[in-house]
Amino acid sequence: MIVAEQKSLQEIRKMLEGRSRVLAVGCGTCVTVCHAGGQRETAALASSLRMATRIDARPIEVDEAIVQRQCEWEYVDVLAARIEDYDAVLSLGCGVGVQTLAERFPRKRVYPALNTKFMGMPTSQGIWEERCIGCGNCILDKTGGICPVSRCAKQLFNGPCGGSENGRCEVAKSTPCAWHRIWERAEALGLVEELMQITPPKDWSSSRDGGPRRIVRDDLRLPGEETEAAS
Amino acid sequence: MSSAAVGDVMPAGTGWKSGSHLERVLAAGHFAVTAELGPPRSWNAEAVKKKIGLLKGSVDAANVTDNQTAIVRMSSIATALLMLPEGLEPIIQMTCRDRNRIAIQSDLLGAAAHGLRNLLCLSGDHQSFGDHPAAKNVYDIDSIQLVGTVKAMRDQGKFQSGADIKGGGPPFFIGAAASPFAHPLSMRPYRLGKKVRAGADFIQTQLVYDVDGFAAFMKKVVDLGFAEQTYILAGVGPLRSPAMARHLRDNVPGVTVPDALVERIEDAAKGIDENDKEARRNAWQAEGQRICVELIERLREVPGVAGVHIMAIEWEQAVRPIVEAAGLLPRPLTDAPT
Repeated sequence: MIVAEQKSLQEIRKMLEGRSRVLAVGCGTCVTVCHAGGQRETAALASSLRMATRIDARPIEVDEAIVQRQCEWEYVDVLAARIEDYDAVLSLGCGVGVQTLAERFPRKRVYPALNTKFMGMPTSQGIWEERCIGCGNCILDKTGGICPVSRCAKQLFNGPCGGSENGRCEVAKSTPCAWHRIWERAEALGLVEELMQITPPKDWSSSRDGGPRRIVRDDLRLPGEETEAAS
Repeated sequence: MSSAAVGDVMPAGTGWKSGSHLERVLAAGHFAVTAELGPPRSWNAEAVKKKIGLLKGSVDAANVTDNQTAIVRMSSIATALLMLPEGLEPIIQMTCRDRNRIAIQSDLLGAAAHGLRNLLCLSGDHQSFGDHPAAKNVYDIDSIQLVGTVKAMRDQGKFQSGADIKGGGPPFFIGAAASPFAHPLSMRPYRLGKKVRAGADFIQTQLVYDVDGFAAFMKKVVDLGFAEQTYILAGVGPLRSPAMARHLRDNVPGVTVPDALVERIEDAAKGIDENDKEARRNAWQAEGQRICVELIERLREVPGVAGVHIMAIEWEQAVRPIVEAAGLLPRPLTDAPT
Protein backbone atom coordinates (compact mmCIF):
# COMPACT_ATOMS: atom_id res chain seq x y z
CA MET A 1 0.00 0.00 0.00
CA ILE A 2 0.90 3.64 -0.19
CA VAL A 3 1.77 4.85 3.29
CA ALA A 4 1.26 8.46 4.28
CA GLU A 5 1.37 10.65 7.35
CA GLN A 6 -0.62 13.74 8.22
CA LYS A 7 1.12 17.10 8.09
CA SER A 8 1.07 19.15 11.28
CA LEU A 9 -2.07 21.14 11.96
CA GLN A 10 0.12 24.23 12.01
CA GLU A 11 1.38 23.61 8.47
CA ILE A 12 -2.11 22.85 7.18
CA ARG A 13 -3.49 26.00 8.77
CA LYS A 14 -0.75 28.08 7.19
CA MET A 15 -1.66 26.67 3.77
CA LEU A 16 -5.31 27.47 4.29
CA GLU A 17 -4.83 31.04 5.52
CA GLY A 18 -7.31 33.38 3.88
CA ARG A 19 -9.70 30.61 2.85
CA SER A 20 -13.23 30.64 4.19
CA ARG A 21 -14.88 27.47 2.88
CA VAL A 22 -12.81 24.33 2.56
CA LEU A 23 -13.81 20.83 1.53
CA ALA A 24 -11.66 18.16 3.21
CA VAL A 25 -11.61 15.06 1.04
CA GLY A 26 -10.48 11.75 2.46
CA CYS A 27 -9.71 8.59 0.55
CA GLY A 28 -11.09 5.13 1.26
CA THR A 29 -8.12 3.11 0.07
CA CYS A 30 -4.45 3.06 1.16
CA VAL A 31 -4.55 6.08 3.47
CA THR A 32 -7.58 4.65 5.23
CA VAL A 33 -5.70 1.46 5.96
CA CYS A 34 -2.66 3.38 7.25
CA HIS A 35 -4.86 5.67 9.36
CA ALA A 36 -3.74 8.89 7.71
CA GLY A 37 -6.59 10.06 5.50
CA GLY A 38 -9.65 7.87 5.90
CA GLN A 39 -13.12 8.90 7.05
CA ARG A 40 -12.13 9.05 10.70
CA GLU A 41 -8.99 11.10 10.12
CA THR A 42 -10.80 13.44 7.75
CA ALA A 43 -13.50 14.09 10.34
CA ALA A 44 -10.92 14.63 13.06
CA LEU A 45 -8.84 17.01 10.97
CA ALA A 46 -11.88 18.97 9.81
CA SER A 47 -13.04 19.32 13.38
CA SER A 48 -9.57 20.44 14.57
CA LEU A 49 -9.43 23.04 11.83
CA ARG A 50 -12.89 24.36 12.65
CA MET A 51 -12.04 24.63 16.31
CA ALA A 52 -8.59 26.15 15.88
CA THR A 53 -9.71 28.77 13.39
CA ARG A 54 -12.72 29.67 15.52
CA ILE A 55 -10.48 30.22 18.54
CA ASP A 56 -8.42 32.59 16.42
CA ALA A 57 -11.57 34.41 15.39
CA ARG A 58 -10.83 33.68 11.75
CA PRO A 59 -13.11 30.71 11.33
CA ILE A 60 -12.89 28.51 8.28
CA GLU A 61 -15.90 26.48 7.38
CA VAL A 62 -14.67 22.96 6.80
CA ASP A 63 -16.89 20.25 5.38
CA GLU A 64 -15.96 16.64 4.89
CA ALA A 65 -16.21 14.20 2.03
CA ILE A 66 -14.76 10.79 1.38
CA VAL A 67 -14.22 9.09 -1.92
CA GLN A 68 -13.47 5.42 -2.30
CA ARG A 69 -10.35 5.99 -4.41
CA GLN A 70 -9.00 9.49 -4.88
CA CYS A 71 -6.72 8.31 -7.69
CA GLU A 72 -9.38 7.48 -10.27
CA TRP A 73 -11.58 9.85 -12.28
CA GLU A 74 -14.77 7.91 -11.78
CA TYR A 75 -14.48 8.05 -8.01
CA VAL A 76 -13.68 11.75 -7.73
CA ASP A 77 -16.42 12.71 -10.19
CA VAL A 78 -18.97 12.51 -7.38
CA LEU A 79 -17.45 15.68 -5.94
CA ALA A 80 -18.27 17.72 -9.04
CA ALA A 81 -21.76 18.60 -7.82
CA ARG A 82 -20.65 20.19 -4.56
CA ILE A 83 -17.13 21.43 -5.19
CA GLU A 84 -18.26 24.84 -6.47
CA ASP A 85 -19.48 25.66 -2.96
CA TYR A 86 -15.90 25.80 -1.68
CA ASP A 87 -12.97 28.06 -2.32
CA ALA A 88 -10.41 25.35 -1.64
CA VAL A 89 -10.03 21.60 -1.37
CA LEU A 90 -7.92 19.93 1.30
CA SER A 91 -6.99 16.46 0.14
CA LEU A 92 -6.26 13.71 2.61
CA GLY A 93 -5.27 11.45 -0.24
CA CYS A 94 -1.74 10.52 -1.17
CA GLY A 95 0.19 12.63 -3.67
CA VAL A 96 -1.64 10.85 -6.46
CA GLY A 97 -5.00 11.74 -4.97
CA VAL A 98 -4.11 15.40 -4.55
CA GLN A 99 -3.10 15.60 -8.19
CA THR A 100 -6.17 13.75 -9.39
CA LEU A 101 -8.35 16.34 -7.66
CA ALA A 102 -6.26 19.23 -8.99
CA GLU A 103 -6.46 17.87 -12.52
CA ARG A 104 -10.16 17.05 -12.37
CA PHE A 105 -11.05 20.43 -10.82
CA PRO A 106 -8.60 22.81 -12.47
CA ARG A 107 -10.24 25.97 -11.14
CA LYS A 108 -9.97 24.89 -7.51
CA ARG A 109 -6.95 25.31 -5.33
CA VAL A 110 -6.09 21.88 -3.88
CA TYR A 111 -3.90 21.51 -0.81
CA PRO A 112 -2.20 18.37 0.52
CA ALA A 113 -2.96 17.43 4.12
CA LEU A 114 -0.62 14.44 4.03
CA ASN A 115 3.00 13.71 3.33
CA THR A 116 3.14 10.63 1.15
CA LYS A 117 5.96 8.50 2.50
CA PHE A 118 6.44 5.20 0.70
CA MET A 119 5.11 1.93 -0.62
CA GLY A 120 5.19 -0.47 2.24
CA MET A 121 3.35 -2.49 4.81
CA PRO A 122 2.47 -2.49 8.48
CA THR A 123 5.05 -4.77 10.09
CA SER A 124 3.22 -4.64 13.40
CA GLN A 125 0.48 -2.53 14.97
CA GLY A 126 1.29 1.13 14.40
CA ILE A 127 4.53 0.51 12.45
CA TRP A 128 4.91 0.75 8.69
CA GLU A 129 8.04 -0.02 6.71
CA GLU A 130 9.08 0.68 3.15
CA ARG A 131 9.28 -2.29 0.80
CA CYS A 132 9.39 -0.98 -2.78
CA ILE A 133 10.49 2.16 -4.61
CA GLY A 134 8.97 1.14 -7.93
CA CYS A 135 12.31 1.00 -9.74
CA GLY A 136 10.59 -0.66 -12.67
CA ASN A 137 12.94 -3.62 -12.96
CA CYS A 138 12.46 -6.07 -10.13
CA ILE A 139 15.51 -7.96 -8.85
CA LEU A 140 13.87 -9.79 -5.96
CA ASP A 141 14.67 -13.10 -7.67
CA LYS A 142 18.36 -12.42 -7.03
CA THR A 143 18.08 -11.31 -3.43
CA GLY A 144 15.93 -13.90 -1.77
CA GLY A 145 12.77 -11.82 -1.92
CA ILE A 146 14.28 -8.97 0.11
CA CYS A 147 14.74 -5.68 -1.73
CA PRO A 148 18.05 -3.82 -1.27
CA VAL A 149 16.91 -1.04 -3.59
CA SER A 150 14.22 0.10 -1.19
CA ARG A 151 15.57 -1.29 2.07
CA CYS A 152 19.30 -0.53 1.97
CA ALA A 153 20.22 3.09 2.72
CA LYS A 154 22.87 2.95 -0.02
CA GLN A 155 20.91 0.81 -2.47
CA LEU A 156 23.78 -1.66 -2.62
CA PHE A 157 23.49 -4.58 -5.03
CA ASN A 158 26.37 -6.79 -3.96
CA GLY A 159 26.30 -7.10 -0.22
CA PRO A 160 26.30 -5.02 2.96
CA CYS A 161 28.52 -2.02 3.61
CA GLY A 162 30.64 -1.86 6.75
CA GLY A 163 27.85 -0.18 8.67
CA SER A 164 25.83 -3.31 9.34
CA GLU A 165 25.84 -4.20 13.02
CA ASN A 166 23.81 -6.81 14.85
CA GLY A 167 21.50 -7.02 11.89
CA ARG A 168 20.79 -3.29 11.98
CA CYS A 169 21.58 -0.41 9.66
CA GLU A 170 23.93 2.24 11.02
CA VAL A 171 21.86 4.97 9.39
CA ALA A 172 18.87 4.10 11.58
CA LYS A 173 19.28 1.44 14.24
CA SER A 174 15.54 0.71 14.05
CA THR A 175 15.96 -0.40 10.43
CA PRO A 176 17.01 -3.97 9.77
CA CYS A 177 20.03 -4.28 7.47
CA ALA A 178 18.51 -5.61 4.26
CA TRP A 179 21.74 -7.33 3.28
CA HIS A 180 22.06 -9.01 6.64
CA ARG A 181 18.63 -10.54 6.01
CA ILE A 182 19.47 -11.44 2.43
CA TRP A 183 22.63 -13.20 3.62
CA GLU A 184 20.80 -15.09 6.37
CA ARG A 185 18.27 -16.35 3.86
CA ALA A 186 21.00 -17.27 1.39
CA GLU A 187 22.82 -19.27 4.06
CA ALA A 188 19.62 -20.99 5.16
CA LEU A 189 18.60 -21.82 1.60
CA GLY A 190 22.11 -22.77 0.44
CA LEU A 191 22.36 -19.91 -2.03
CA VAL A 192 25.72 -18.46 -1.01
CA GLU A 193 27.36 -19.17 -4.37
CA GLU A 194 24.46 -17.44 -6.09
CA LEU A 195 25.08 -14.33 -3.99
CA MET A 196 28.75 -14.48 -4.98
CA GLN A 197 27.71 -13.66 -8.55
CA ILE A 198 28.32 -10.00 -9.21
CA THR A 199 25.21 -8.00 -9.96
CA PRO A 200 26.23 -5.53 -12.68
CA PRO A 201 25.29 -1.83 -12.65
CA LYS A 202 21.55 -1.39 -12.75
CA ASP A 203 19.70 0.12 -15.69
CA TRP A 204 17.95 2.96 -13.90
CA SER A 205 16.15 4.13 -17.02
CA SER A 206 13.12 2.08 -15.96
CA SER A 207 13.15 3.94 -12.66
CA ARG A 208 12.29 7.57 -11.97
CA ASP A 209 15.65 8.48 -13.51
CA GLY A 210 14.23 7.83 -16.97
CA GLY A 211 11.65 10.56 -16.40
CA PRO A 212 8.01 10.25 -15.37
CA ARG A 213 6.78 6.80 -16.27
CA ARG A 214 3.78 5.66 -18.23
CA ILE A 215 2.30 2.33 -19.19
CA VAL A 216 0.20 1.85 -22.30
CA ARG A 217 -1.68 -1.41 -22.70
CA ASP A 218 -3.21 -1.46 -26.14
CA ASP A 219 -4.97 -4.70 -25.29
CA LEU A 220 -6.97 -2.79 -22.70
CA ARG A 221 -7.77 0.30 -24.77
CA LEU A 222 -11.41 0.61 -25.74
CA PRO A 223 -12.68 0.58 -29.32
CA GLY A 224 -12.63 4.09 -30.69
CA GLU A 225 -9.90 5.19 -28.27
CA GLU A 226 -6.66 6.15 -29.86
CA THR A 227 -3.96 3.54 -29.56
CA GLU A 228 -0.41 4.48 -28.74
CA ALA A 229 2.79 2.66 -29.38
CA ALA A 230 4.04 1.44 -26.02
CA SER A 231 7.60 2.49 -26.59
CA MET B 1 68.61 2.00 -12.48
CA SER B 2 66.96 5.09 -11.17
CA SER B 3 64.07 4.94 -8.77
CA ALA B 4 60.82 6.02 -10.30
CA ALA B 5 59.43 9.40 -9.63
CA VAL B 6 55.92 9.39 -8.29
CA GLY B 7 53.54 9.87 -11.15
CA ASP B 8 55.84 8.41 -13.79
CA VAL B 9 53.61 7.36 -16.62
CA MET B 10 53.70 3.67 -17.33
CA PRO B 11 54.81 2.79 -20.82
CA ALA B 12 52.41 0.47 -22.61
CA GLY B 13 53.05 -3.26 -22.59
CA THR B 14 55.20 -3.39 -19.48
CA GLY B 15 53.09 -5.99 -17.74
CA TRP B 16 52.20 -3.62 -14.95
CA LYS B 17 48.58 -2.85 -14.29
CA SER B 18 49.41 0.71 -13.38
CA GLY B 19 53.13 0.80 -12.75
CA SER B 20 52.45 2.74 -9.57
CA HIS B 21 55.04 2.73 -6.84
CA LEU B 22 52.60 0.90 -4.56
CA GLU B 23 52.02 -1.81 -7.15
CA ARG B 24 55.76 -2.27 -7.60
CA VAL B 25 56.43 -2.40 -3.84
CA LEU B 26 53.81 -5.10 -3.42
CA ALA B 27 54.88 -7.03 -6.51
CA ALA B 28 58.45 -7.08 -5.21
CA GLY B 29 57.18 -8.79 -2.07
CA HIS B 30 57.86 -5.92 0.32
CA PHE B 31 55.59 -5.55 3.32
CA ALA B 32 53.74 -2.42 2.20
CA VAL B 33 52.88 0.55 4.36
CA THR B 34 50.16 3.01 3.46
CA ALA B 35 48.62 5.77 5.52
CA GLU B 36 45.80 8.21 5.27
CA LEU B 37 45.94 11.87 4.34
CA GLY B 38 42.68 13.60 5.16
CA PRO B 39 42.13 16.69 2.98
CA PRO B 40 41.31 19.93 4.78
CA ARG B 41 37.87 21.48 5.11
CA SER B 42 39.22 24.45 3.20
CA TRP B 43 41.14 25.38 0.06
CA ASN B 44 44.36 25.67 2.00
CA ALA B 45 47.11 23.97 0.01
CA GLU B 46 49.62 24.64 2.80
CA ALA B 47 47.61 22.42 5.16
CA VAL B 48 47.97 19.61 2.63
CA LYS B 49 51.69 20.24 2.21
CA LYS B 50 52.19 20.08 5.95
CA LYS B 51 50.61 16.62 6.05
CA ILE B 52 52.64 15.55 3.04
CA GLY B 53 55.77 16.48 4.97
CA LEU B 54 54.68 14.29 7.87
CA LEU B 55 54.08 11.22 5.71
CA LYS B 56 56.65 11.46 2.93
CA GLY B 57 59.33 8.82 3.18
CA SER B 58 57.46 6.92 5.89
CA VAL B 59 54.91 5.21 3.70
CA ASP B 60 54.74 3.79 0.19
CA ALA B 61 51.57 5.66 -0.65
CA ALA B 62 48.88 7.62 1.14
CA ASN B 63 45.13 7.37 0.73
CA VAL B 64 43.41 10.66 0.06
CA THR B 65 39.92 10.37 1.46
CA ASP B 66 36.87 11.39 -0.55
CA ASN B 67 34.73 13.55 1.74
CA GLN B 68 35.01 11.00 4.53
CA THR B 69 32.16 10.82 7.03
CA ALA B 70 30.24 12.79 4.41
CA ILE B 71 31.83 16.08 5.45
CA VAL B 72 32.76 18.47 2.66
CA ARG B 73 36.51 18.65 2.15
CA MET B 74 38.97 19.39 -0.60
CA SER B 75 38.40 16.80 -3.29
CA SER B 76 40.47 13.64 -3.26
CA ILE B 77 41.81 14.07 -6.79
CA ALA B 78 42.68 17.74 -6.31
CA THR B 79 44.48 16.99 -3.06
CA ALA B 80 46.32 14.12 -4.72
CA LEU B 81 47.57 16.53 -7.38
CA LEU B 82 49.21 18.57 -4.63
CA MET B 83 51.01 15.42 -3.51
CA LEU B 84 52.50 14.32 -6.83
CA PRO B 85 55.15 17.05 -7.15
CA GLU B 86 56.06 16.60 -3.47
CA GLY B 87 56.93 12.94 -4.05
CA LEU B 88 54.27 11.31 -1.90
CA GLU B 89 52.33 8.81 -3.96
CA PRO B 90 48.57 9.19 -3.61
CA ILE B 91 45.88 6.54 -3.53
CA ILE B 92 42.84 8.49 -4.58
CA GLN B 93 39.53 7.41 -3.12
CA MET B 94 36.26 7.41 -5.00
CA THR B 95 32.93 6.87 -3.31
CA CYS B 96 29.63 5.98 -4.94
CA ARG B 97 27.75 8.38 -2.72
CA ASP B 98 28.30 11.62 -4.61
CA ARG B 99 28.74 10.73 -8.26
CA ASN B 100 26.91 8.73 -10.85
CA ARG B 101 28.72 6.55 -13.39
CA ILE B 102 29.13 9.49 -15.75
CA ALA B 103 30.86 11.70 -13.19
CA ILE B 104 32.95 8.85 -11.78
CA GLN B 105 34.37 7.81 -15.14
CA SER B 106 34.94 11.41 -16.14
CA ASP B 107 36.85 12.17 -12.94
CA LEU B 108 38.90 8.99 -13.36
CA LEU B 109 39.92 9.90 -16.89
CA GLY B 110 41.10 13.23 -15.57
CA ALA B 111 42.90 11.62 -12.65
CA ALA B 112 44.72 9.25 -14.99
CA ALA B 113 45.66 12.11 -17.31
CA HIS B 114 47.34 13.84 -14.37
CA GLY B 115 49.34 10.72 -13.51
CA LEU B 116 47.29 9.38 -10.62
CA ARG B 117 47.57 5.60 -10.61
CA ASN B 118 46.15 4.16 -7.38
CA LEU B 119 42.43 4.15 -6.74
CA LEU B 120 40.41 2.88 -3.79
CA CYS B 121 36.76 2.19 -4.62
CA LEU B 122 34.25 2.71 -1.80
CA SER B 123 30.53 2.91 -1.16
CA GLY B 124 31.10 5.99 0.99
CA ASP B 125 29.78 6.99 4.39
CA HIS B 126 26.09 7.79 4.33
CA GLN B 127 25.37 11.50 4.16
CA SER B 128 23.23 11.39 7.30
CA PHE B 129 26.48 11.28 9.34
CA GLY B 130 28.00 14.33 7.72
CA ASP B 131 27.62 18.08 7.62
CA HIS B 132 24.97 18.06 4.89
CA PRO B 133 22.44 15.48 6.10
CA ALA B 134 19.78 17.00 3.81
CA ALA B 135 21.81 16.07 0.73
CA LYS B 136 20.54 13.66 -1.90
CA ASN B 137 22.83 10.68 -2.35
CA VAL B 138 23.57 9.01 -5.65
CA TYR B 139 24.48 5.31 -5.35
CA ASP B 140 23.98 4.81 -9.07
CA ILE B 141 26.51 1.97 -8.76
CA ASP B 142 27.92 0.26 -5.67
CA SER B 143 31.56 -0.22 -4.70
CA ILE B 144 31.83 -3.66 -6.32
CA GLN B 145 30.26 -2.39 -9.53
CA LEU B 146 32.73 0.50 -9.36
CA VAL B 147 35.65 -1.91 -9.12
CA GLY B 148 34.27 -3.79 -12.12
CA THR B 149 33.73 -0.58 -14.04
CA VAL B 150 37.32 0.57 -13.50
CA LYS B 151 38.69 -2.87 -14.37
CA ALA B 152 36.77 -2.88 -17.64
CA MET B 153 38.00 0.64 -18.37
CA ARG B 154 41.58 -0.42 -17.74
CA ASP B 155 41.71 -3.90 -19.21
CA GLN B 156 39.19 -3.67 -22.03
CA GLY B 157 39.45 0.03 -22.75
CA LYS B 158 35.71 0.35 -22.43
CA PHE B 159 33.38 2.63 -20.57
CA GLN B 160 30.63 1.08 -18.47
CA SER B 161 28.30 1.67 -21.40
CA GLY B 162 30.48 -0.59 -23.54
CA ALA B 163 31.75 2.27 -25.69
CA ASP B 164 35.47 2.31 -26.47
CA ILE B 165 37.83 4.63 -24.66
CA LYS B 166 39.94 6.29 -27.31
CA GLY B 167 43.56 5.30 -26.97
CA GLY B 168 42.90 2.55 -24.41
CA GLY B 169 42.04 2.35 -20.76
CA PRO B 170 43.48 4.35 -17.85
CA PRO B 171 46.07 2.32 -15.91
CA PHE B 172 44.76 2.16 -12.37
CA PHE B 173 45.91 -0.05 -9.54
CA ILE B 174 42.46 -0.89 -8.21
CA GLY B 175 41.73 -1.14 -4.51
CA ALA B 176 38.70 -1.91 -2.41
CA ALA B 177 37.90 -1.96 1.29
CA ALA B 178 37.01 -4.85 3.55
CA SER B 179 35.47 -4.73 7.00
CA PRO B 180 36.38 -8.00 8.75
CA PHE B 181 34.42 -7.28 11.94
CA ALA B 182 31.26 -5.88 10.43
CA HIS B 183 28.16 -8.01 10.39
CA PRO B 184 27.11 -10.47 9.16
CA LEU B 185 30.53 -11.85 10.11
CA SER B 186 30.21 -15.02 8.06
CA MET B 187 29.61 -12.99 4.90
CA ARG B 188 32.72 -10.80 5.20
CA PRO B 189 35.27 -13.17 3.62
CA TYR B 190 32.86 -13.74 0.74
CA ARG B 191 32.27 -10.04 0.27
CA LEU B 192 36.04 -9.51 0.10
CA GLY B 193 36.12 -12.34 -2.44
CA LYS B 194 33.45 -10.67 -4.49
CA LYS B 195 35.58 -7.54 -4.67
CA VAL B 196 38.54 -9.63 -5.78
CA ARG B 197 36.39 -11.29 -8.43
CA ALA B 198 35.28 -7.87 -9.60
CA GLY B 199 38.93 -6.88 -10.05
CA ALA B 200 40.39 -5.53 -6.81
CA ASP B 201 44.20 -5.64 -7.03
CA PHE B 202 44.53 -4.67 -3.40
CA ILE B 203 42.35 -4.53 -0.31
CA GLN B 204 42.63 -2.20 2.67
CA THR B 205 40.73 -3.25 5.75
CA GLN B 206 38.85 -1.40 8.44
CA LEU B 207 40.74 -0.90 11.71
CA VAL B 208 41.96 -4.09 13.35
CA TYR B 209 42.54 -4.24 17.10
CA ASP B 210 41.53 -7.88 17.63
CA VAL B 211 44.32 -9.75 15.85
CA ASP B 212 42.93 -13.20 16.72
CA GLY B 213 39.57 -12.31 15.25
CA PHE B 214 41.27 -10.90 12.18
CA ALA B 215 43.41 -14.03 11.80
CA ALA B 216 40.25 -16.15 11.78
CA PHE B 217 38.82 -13.92 9.06
CA MET B 218 42.05 -14.16 7.08
CA LYS B 219 42.16 -17.93 7.41
CA LYS B 220 38.80 -18.11 5.69
CA VAL B 221 39.96 -15.62 3.03
CA VAL B 222 43.07 -17.72 2.42
CA ASP B 223 41.12 -21.00 2.41
CA LEU B 224 38.68 -19.62 -0.15
CA GLY B 225 41.66 -18.76 -2.36
CA PHE B 226 41.13 -15.01 -2.40
CA ALA B 227 44.33 -13.96 -0.64
CA GLU B 228 46.55 -15.17 -3.48
CA GLN B 229 44.62 -13.10 -6.00
CA THR B 230 45.01 -9.74 -4.28
CA TYR B 231 47.21 -7.86 -1.81
CA ILE B 232 45.59 -7.42 1.57
CA LEU B 233 46.69 -4.50 3.74
CA ALA B 234 45.44 -4.71 7.33
CA GLY B 235 44.10 -1.49 8.76
CA VAL B 236 45.59 -0.19 11.99
CA GLY B 237 45.25 3.06 13.88
CA PRO B 238 46.87 4.43 17.03
CA LEU B 239 44.52 5.03 19.94
CA ARG B 240 44.92 8.55 21.32
CA SER B 241 42.91 8.51 24.49
CA PRO B 242 40.62 6.34 26.61
CA ALA B 243 37.64 8.26 25.21
CA MET B 244 38.63 7.43 21.64
CA ALA B 245 39.24 3.77 22.53
CA ARG B 246 35.82 3.50 24.16
CA HIS B 247 34.15 5.32 21.28
CA LEU B 248 35.65 2.93 18.74
CA ARG B 249 34.73 -0.05 20.90
CA ASP B 250 31.15 1.03 21.62
CA ASN B 251 29.94 3.16 18.74
CA VAL B 252 31.68 2.38 15.48
CA PRO B 253 30.12 -0.46 13.51
CA GLY B 254 32.73 -2.88 12.20
CA VAL B 255 35.38 -1.98 14.78
CA THR B 256 36.13 -4.33 17.67
CA VAL B 257 38.46 -3.09 20.41
CA PRO B 258 39.26 -5.70 23.07
CA ASP B 259 38.70 -4.43 26.61
CA ALA B 260 42.32 -5.25 27.44
CA LEU B 261 43.50 -2.58 24.98
CA VAL B 262 41.05 -0.01 26.33
CA GLU B 263 42.38 -0.73 29.80
CA ARG B 264 45.99 -0.36 28.66
CA ILE B 265 45.20 3.13 27.39
CA GLU B 266 43.31 3.99 30.57
CA ASP B 267 46.14 2.70 32.73
CA ALA B 268 48.80 4.59 30.79
CA ALA B 269 48.06 7.80 32.68
CA LYS B 270 47.77 6.12 36.07
CA GLY B 271 49.71 7.96 38.71
CA ILE B 272 49.89 11.16 36.66
CA ASP B 273 48.27 14.18 38.28
CA GLU B 274 44.69 14.64 37.01
CA ASN B 275 45.44 18.31 36.38
CA ASP B 276 48.51 17.68 34.28
CA LYS B 277 46.51 17.26 31.11
CA GLU B 278 49.50 17.39 28.81
CA ALA B 279 51.40 14.68 30.66
CA ARG B 280 48.32 12.47 30.67
CA ARG B 281 47.77 13.04 26.96
CA ASN B 282 51.39 12.23 26.20
CA ALA B 283 51.18 9.04 28.24
CA TRP B 284 48.03 7.91 26.41
CA GLN B 285 49.48 8.73 23.03
CA ALA B 286 52.75 6.94 23.73
CA GLU B 287 50.84 3.85 24.82
CA GLY B 288 48.56 4.14 21.77
CA GLN B 289 51.58 4.17 19.50
CA ARG B 290 53.15 1.21 21.33
CA ILE B 291 49.93 -0.78 20.91
CA CYS B 292 49.84 0.12 17.22
CA VAL B 293 53.41 -1.11 16.74
CA GLU B 294 52.58 -4.36 18.51
CA LEU B 295 49.52 -4.81 16.31
CA ILE B 296 51.63 -4.29 13.19
CA GLU B 297 54.18 -6.83 14.40
CA ARG B 298 51.47 -9.41 15.02
CA LEU B 299 49.63 -8.67 11.78
CA ARG B 300 52.83 -9.26 9.81
CA GLU B 301 52.67 -12.85 10.95
CA VAL B 302 49.11 -13.42 9.79
CA PRO B 303 49.11 -15.45 6.56
CA GLY B 304 47.83 -13.52 3.59
CA VAL B 305 48.67 -10.06 4.94
CA ALA B 306 50.76 -8.07 2.46
CA GLY B 307 51.04 -4.83 4.37
CA VAL B 308 49.45 -2.38 6.76
CA HIS B 309 47.31 0.68 6.24
CA ILE B 310 47.81 3.16 9.08
CA MET B 311 44.82 5.37 9.78
CA ALA B 312 46.04 8.09 12.11
CA ILE B 313 43.19 10.46 11.52
CA GLU B 314 44.24 14.08 12.14
CA TRP B 315 47.34 12.62 13.81
CA GLU B 316 49.68 12.17 10.89
CA GLN B 317 52.62 12.99 13.22
CA ALA B 318 52.22 9.53 14.73
CA VAL B 319 52.82 7.66 11.48
CA ARG B 320 56.58 7.99 11.16
CA PRO B 321 57.40 6.95 14.73
CA ILE B 322 55.09 3.96 14.42
CA VAL B 323 56.59 2.82 11.12
CA GLU B 324 60.06 3.31 12.53
CA ALA B 325 59.38 1.43 15.76
CA ALA B 326 57.83 -1.39 13.76
CA GLY B 327 61.15 -1.76 11.94
CA LEU B 328 59.66 -0.79 8.60
CA LEU B 329 62.04 2.05 7.73
CA PRO B 330 63.50 2.88 5.35
CA ARG B 331 60.74 2.30 2.85
CA PRO B 332 61.88 0.49 -0.28
CA LEU B 333 62.66 2.32 -3.49
CA THR B 334 61.44 0.62 -6.62
CA ASP B 335 62.81 0.67 -10.10
CA ALA B 336 61.15 2.86 -12.63
CA PRO B 337 58.69 0.98 -14.78
CA THR B 338 60.40 0.34 -18.06
